[in-house]
Amino acid sequence: MDYNTLLQILDSTLRLATPLLLACLAGLFSERSGIFDIGLEGKMLAAAMASGAVAFLSGSVWLGLLAGIGASLIFAGIHGLASITFRGNQLISGVALNFLAAGMTVLVAQRLFGQGGRTPPLSGDARFNPVTLPFAESLRDVPIIGPLYYEVISGHSLLVYAAVALVPLSWWVLNRTRFGLRLRAVGENPAAVDTAGVSVVGLRFAAVAITGVLCGLAGAYMATALQAGFGKDMTAGRGYIALAALIFAKWRPVAALWACLLFGFFQALALRPDVVTAVIQVKVPVPFLDALPYLLTVLVLAGFVGKAIPPRAGGEPYVKER
Amino acid sequence: MDRLPRWADVALVPLVSLLLAGIIAALVLMAIGQSPTEAFNVMVDGALGSAYGWGYTLYYTTSFIFTGLAVTVAFHAGLFNIGGEGQAQLGALGVALVCLSLDWPHWTLALAAATMGAAVFGAAWAAIPAYLQAKRGSHIVITTIMFNYIAAALLVYLLVDVLRPAGQMDPASARFPVGAKLPSLNEIPLINLIFQKAVPANVTLFIALAMAVVVWAILWRTRLGYQIRAFGKSEPAARYAGINPVFIIMIAMLISGGLAGMMSINNVMGEAERLLQNSSEGAGFIGIAVALMGRNHPIGVVLAALLFGFLYQGGAELGLWTSIPIEMRIVVQGLVILFTGALDMMVRMLLTRAFGLFRSQKLGAA
Repeated sequence: MDYNTLLQILDSTLRLATPLLLACLAGLFSERSGIFDIGLEGKMLAAAMASGAVAFLSGSVWLGLLAGIGASLIFAGIHGLASITFRGNQLISGVALNFLAAGMTVLVAQRLFGQGGRTPPLSGDARFNPVTLPFAESLRDVPIIGPLYYEVISGHSLLVYAAVALVPLSWWVLNRTRFGLRLRAVGENPAAVDTAGVSVVGLRFAAVAITGVLCGLAGAYMATALQAGFGKDMTAGRGYIALAALIFAKWRPVAALWACLLFGFFQALALRPDVVTAVIQVKVPVPFLDALPYLLTVLVLAGFVGKAIPPRAGGEPYVKER
Repeated sequence: MDRLPRWADVALVPLVSLLLAGIIAALVLMAIGQSPTEAFNVMVDGALGSAYGWGYTLYYTTSFIFTGLAVTVAFHAGLFNIGGEGQAQLGALGVALVCLSLDWPHWTLALAAATMGAAVFGAAWAAIPAYLQAKRGSHIVITTIMFNYIAAALLVYLLVDVLRPAGQMDPASARFPVGAKLPSLNEIPLINLIFQKAVPANVTLFIALAMAVVVWAILWRTRLGYQIRAFGKSEPAARYAGINPVFIIMIAMLISGGLAGMMSINNVMGEAERLLQNSSEGAGFIGIAVALMGRNHPIGVVLAALLFGFLYQGGAELGLWTSIPIEMRIVVQGLVILFTGALDMMVRMLLTRAFGLFRSQKLGAA
């Protein structure tokens, strides 16, 4: 494998890791507050459809992005209502919302555009176009670092850089702000937070809303940057891979970045099986590469690669003492 | 809080949930500019209006009984088996390997062997997440989701690279031998008086109904079932009573996975007669809705499976005869899971309040 191929693979790694990272951070906020969310997939899908549709109709990707966040927030709101207000089973609610999103997106897109449940192709200002970072052109001829900067680091859409910037931001919010400390506390011991006079319900709804916004970004990225428009089931299980990455990262933001880059790398490799064969001299079946994130997650869950301990109060509705 | 009378708890809560899901579905249809009444008529007509329609409805029902029972058994042990889809796909592999292994002389022999194969493969696929839950505390919901994807990848690999006969383009196994063909309902004496055209519903329906009885007997009439239910109600109490948690988790998941796997005799052996990609077509997930709707009781599961069979066949008819996309049935499925599963408490609170009003009125009158 030559250097250029490596750069190409790293470039697609970053592109493919971005939706995973956004969804993974989304799940992080929710689960750290004690609300399990296996509905990341559905929220991404709803956001992808809404952003694709509105970006096409308005011609503005920013309006599309807002619509995506709005759609995702609606789903997050239902999840909050079911799992916080009515103390329902959070896992079942997530499953239900995934189905709802899978069906509704096709129904709405079919009603709006009549193209078999997809949105028309986006172009120009209706998409997030690649941003060339400063000096990328002029440094291109510097050996090794130049092409790396030009090919891999530069030339992505704004949302890719936003996603990476959200990693330190999330870390800071969760570890250095009053809100973040309370949020984590409510996921470990809600009764203690309640005793301190802080609203458990309020904190959890705030966390679920952050999840909604971040899933909205992830979905909008899918439809307006990674691809040009929404297609039926376009998230293709990414919400679940993000969930896997979240466990792999043991519910920590910086580790989430590495986990998503690793899983994005596997996805990039699955697109280039010829390279994999050339490097390790054994023909690896593509499905094996597809399954690698899941296999690794099972290994982590089994405790073979360090122990993944979820937030203690995760999945349990909080009932105030009377 | 007041308690609901038992009949309301058993029958009224699911019916009200279903009604709410139906209302939202009707609103969705109106929002996309379709007529809910017309859609309902098309569905009833297509799914229940003829013996032919029933043949399809019962075919789907058969699959959903298996997957619904699978979720039910795990639920009673306090486990949420979301991996029915993967277990069904592995079960399908078991069916295919058995059917292709020899030239079966008679379908009864083939059916017995294939049922074993399906159950063993499905149970084996559930055994790993079960073991990880029991021994290493890995959350079974996450591991079974992962195993769904691993199963899908495994089947893609096997169908493309291993099971596909030389010279065939599409990723599927060879056709099963004639001796492994199950009789459809239109080929069984007496029943063929009703079903005169070829329908996909087949003898597997009777196995599904028998399994519902078996599951009922295991859960409510054996020591094992008592242990499973006790464990599901309260793990510490069950542990204190000397029930072995590892054993219960393993056995409940093995039964659950086996049932999910057995679904594949219906669609793979009874209908497709070869192994295709994504053979279970989401039936594993519908099992969740069926179990919730059926209140985790075999009788409820059979009724809910019939309801979903109707929704599936009716939904397909919508796709054929109206401009409503076939995805409508996924929306309904999501709504049913949402209302019967996640918003259960909301429905209960509403009903309890309604009953409370009713009671206080009676007290006031007296």
